[in-house]
Amino acid sequence: MKVSVNVNGRQVDRDIEDRTLLVHFLREDLNLTGTHVGCDTSGCGACTVLLNGNAVKSCTLLAAQVDGEKITTIEGLSNGELHPLQEGFKEEHGLQCGFCTPGMIMTSADLLSRNKQPNEQEIREALEGNFCRCTGYHNIVRAVKYAAEKMT
Amino acid sequence: MSYIGKSIKRVEDKRFITGKGKYTDDIKLPYMTYGCFVRSPYAHAKINSVDISDAENSSGIVKIFTGEDIAESGINGVPCGWQVNFKNGDIMKEPPHPLLVKDKVLHMGDAVAFVIAESYSQAKDAAEMVRVDYEMLPAVTNPQEAVKKGAPQVHPDAPNNTCFDWELGDSKAEVEAALKGAHHVTTLDIENQRVVPNAIEPRSAIGDYNEAHEKYTLHTTSQNPHLTRLLLSAFVLGIPEHKVHVIAPDVGGGFGSKIFHYTEEAMVVWGSKQIGRPIKWTAERSESFLTDAHGRDHKTHLAMGFDKDGKVLALKSETFANLGAYLSTFAPAVPTYLHGTLMQGLYTTPKINVDVTGVFTHTNSVDAYRGAGRPEATYQLERIMDLAALEMDMDPAELRRINFIPAFDGVEQEGYATRVALQYDSGNYEPVLDRALEMVGYDDFRKKQEAAKDSGKLLGIGFSTYVEACGIAPSAVVGALGARAGLFESSQVRVQPTGKVSVYSGSHSHGQGHETTFAQIVADRLGIPLEDVEIVHGDSEAVAFGMGTYGSRSLAVGGSSIVKSLEKVIDKGAKIAAHKLESRVEDLDFAEGKWTVKGTDKSISFGDVSLTAYVPHDYPADLEPGLDFSSFYDPTNFTYPFGCHVAIVEVDKETGHVRLKRFIAVDDVGNVINPMIVDGQIHGGLAQGIGQALFEGTVYDSSGTLLNASFMDYSIPRADDLPNFEIDRTVTPCPHNPLGVKGAGEAGCIGSTPAVVNAVIDALWKGGHKVKDIPMPLISERVWKAMQNGH
Ligand code: FES
Ligand code: FES
Repeated sequence: MKVSVNVNGRQVDRDIEDRTLLVHFLREDLNLTGTHVGCDTSGCGACTVLLNGNAVKSCTLLAAQVDGEKITTIEGLSNGELHPLQEGFKEEHGLQCGFCTPGMIMTSADLLSRNKQPNEQEIREALEGNFCRCTGYHNIVRAVKYAAEKMT
Repeated sequence: MSYIGKSIKRVEDKRFITGKGKYTDDIKLPYMTYGCFVRSPYAHAKINSVDISDAENSSGIVKIFTGEDIAESGINGVPCGWQVNFKNGDIMKEPPHPLLVKDKVLHMGDAVAFVIAESYSQAKDAAEMVRVDYEMLPAVTNPQEAVKKGAPQVHPDAPNNTCFDWELGDSKAEVEAALKGAHHVTTLDIENQRVVPNAIEPRSAIGDYNEAHEKYTLHTTSQNPHLTRLLLSAFVLGIPEHKVHVIAPDVGGGFGSKIFHYTEEAMVVWGSKQIGRPIKWTAERSESFLTDAHGRDHKTHLAMGFDKDGKVLALKSETFANLGAYLSTFAPAVPTYLHGTLMQGLYTTPKINVDVTGVFTHTNSVDAYRGAGRPEATYQLERIMDLAALEMDMDPAELRRINFIPAFDGVEQEGYATRVALQYDSGNYEPVLDRALEMVGYDDFRKKQEAAKDSGKLLGIGFSTYVEACGIAPSAVVGALGARAGLFESSQVRVQPTGKVSVYSGSHSHGQGHETTFAQIVADRLGIPLEDVEIVHGDSEAVAFGMGTYGSRSLAVGGSSIVKSLEKVIDKGAKIAAHKLESRVEDLDFAEGKWTVKGTDKSISFGDVSLTAYVPHDYPADLEPGLDFSSFYDPTNFTYPFGCHVAIVEVDKETGHVRLKRFIAVDDVGNVINPMIVDGQIHGGLAQGIGQALFEGTVYDSSGTLLNASFMDYSIPRADDLPNFEIDRTVTPCPHNPLGVKGAGEAGCIGSTPAVVNAVIDALWKGGHKVKDIPMPLISERVWKAMQNGH
């Protein structure tokens, strides 16, 4: 089938197999490998992207479902300069192996778009669907706080 | 500028935060195919037939291999890298671990066929069409059951499913006599349950055979590409090592599970040669649950005897260690030399006997998982210490204190020789306890706890003081203990003509931040900007050799190797500088990136010396051009970090729900190069250790089915399960390596688990429920039941 999606501000038209998951569309068809696959049960959040500005798990949607919509991946979060969240993750050592990081950043971007000054509990709850096995989340929380400060 | 001890922001972060990391599954090679394994849904079954006829006609199929093909090809199974002998001297049982099984599957997830297609979905479709006729057989998953007469047998040549039995320390008779004479004996039967490492990046491997060069390339999610190359070439496929190129690019966490050489790696490499195209295989998470080597799985009986003042007189520990169906690379070492040798803890216990039986069961392999053996030892010691304190009505902190080994720095005072074969390098245990008590506000807490007794929530505090062995390891020592490899590390420091420096390290970073920490060492020693240093790792052709990253060894062993190479660079640089300055080497000082003639302002910079080394027009006659040195560093001892962890929990009386309120960790990992990175390592370790205490654990049913093989059913800690960690450190340098560092990767995971469990037991005792143990993970149901049964 044909899909037409705005990905990171660029219109892309592709002919794909009907059953193609959004995450595979991004990774395999568009080579946007910053979006990762960490599980097969919609649990880990490594695949999180923004659909019209809202965080979604791209392993849980078919590419067909986002036909005509707007997708933002980690590669499109900023142009040139680092986004405050990207900066926050670096400044606060919010990543180690980096595998969960794009998903963490996209979920946090969604949070900060709804809640400009989240407290620690709110950050932890917002990230509840994103697994990190490296950091123990301590510095991820600080990274999000850093970005919240920076964005006000 | 000095870079040591500074929280330099990580240089590797940029690529990860912008989505530009390159993990194995991100790699696409021209003309690449995709592989999918057909795996057994049964733990133990005879294979009557494998019918691939439908699958072969499925669209996009390139090739299907079965166990029969592997058996015919004569490929060996994957080998084990560590040999442990029976008490009577017999060699451990070492059954083969084939790439694909032909006659009998031995655990759920055992691979019976490998389907290769043009796309992953085509491979998966066809894999579902492979019809395997299984005849189910009875299975055993519990090691204590498996050794009993009449239990289902995993391998015909391993009677009673016993891989080895093993003993360490004082004789059993001596220890039992000491226990008999003790004023008080605490006994405890505990389980260190099986957990799944769950690095967030699933394992992945790409095999790529190049016919023109007769060369095999393997891209793989590995913590040690060189070891994988050695095992793959010399032991499994029998192909020349110099024709095998192994690349471990960005790797998304390992925690031990990516140390080992896996069958899938050999399968894609061999398969690629057969079909003449690259093959990629990437695990789905449920496949990771079934096939990534698991961790822990010990069942232990403990007895500890005390005199009337609380001094420990003797310790007896008997463990049945589950090894799974096949021996993974380091499996036999974990419950023996990485566990039994730690049973001294940081106490002066004069008599210790450790007994371990390694057992085969119809389960996935068990091997090193963050801490590997030391968490199991620490769990035993620290659980029984807390329980003894409760039984003897002593303060758990003070009971530990009176048993501490007195301080020793390994320089003025000798290292401490344990009863269980180790020589601790340096230790000073009271300060970590004192600092932790201070951070907790101990006296105050006990008052709060008393006051909370009659409320709906019980408060509890749990301690854990640990010592561990890392910086693995002196080759001669581990060789004597059964390792089939050396455990040194290599490095190369290549100074470029412009004074920029490339460093090639055999250590592998999969989150630890070597590209920053190692660069700090180099920039510091050479007095050059950090930006002028690049760390290269994870490629068997770029790096001469490497033993990889595990056992908190990268800095202590890999970092020390870099220091050795740097010393050679500086020595040669001094000769060049002396020539240029018309001085003598002895008259030069090297500091801040330049050689200066003592007492003068005559100097030459590192950059000028580098250039001279490569443009040697005016050059010492007896010196080779170039400035490029490599070194192998073999440590003289393990390193022994230690610390004190304290957990404070709240237990809901109505539901048994446990909430971790605070977690305090004071660790001593020796000198610290980058405090930010060390803190991050501690945080991550704590989360995994706490995860084991409260959330994680495999569940097998009686037929050997792993019931919780997905993130839906297996719980790893989430952001809202954990508190902010309160951490601090003391510094007792390692006396035997040039950096004075000990290692920080596993400490958090080793110390934290018993602290959490102890806190829950403490809460229950203070609430009047005298329970000795609740098996991990401490889910509400188990805690609630314990409260109903405990009086
Ligand atoms: S890959 Fe989408 S939630 Fe795990
Ligand atoms: S940084 Fe490794 S999983 Fe989060």
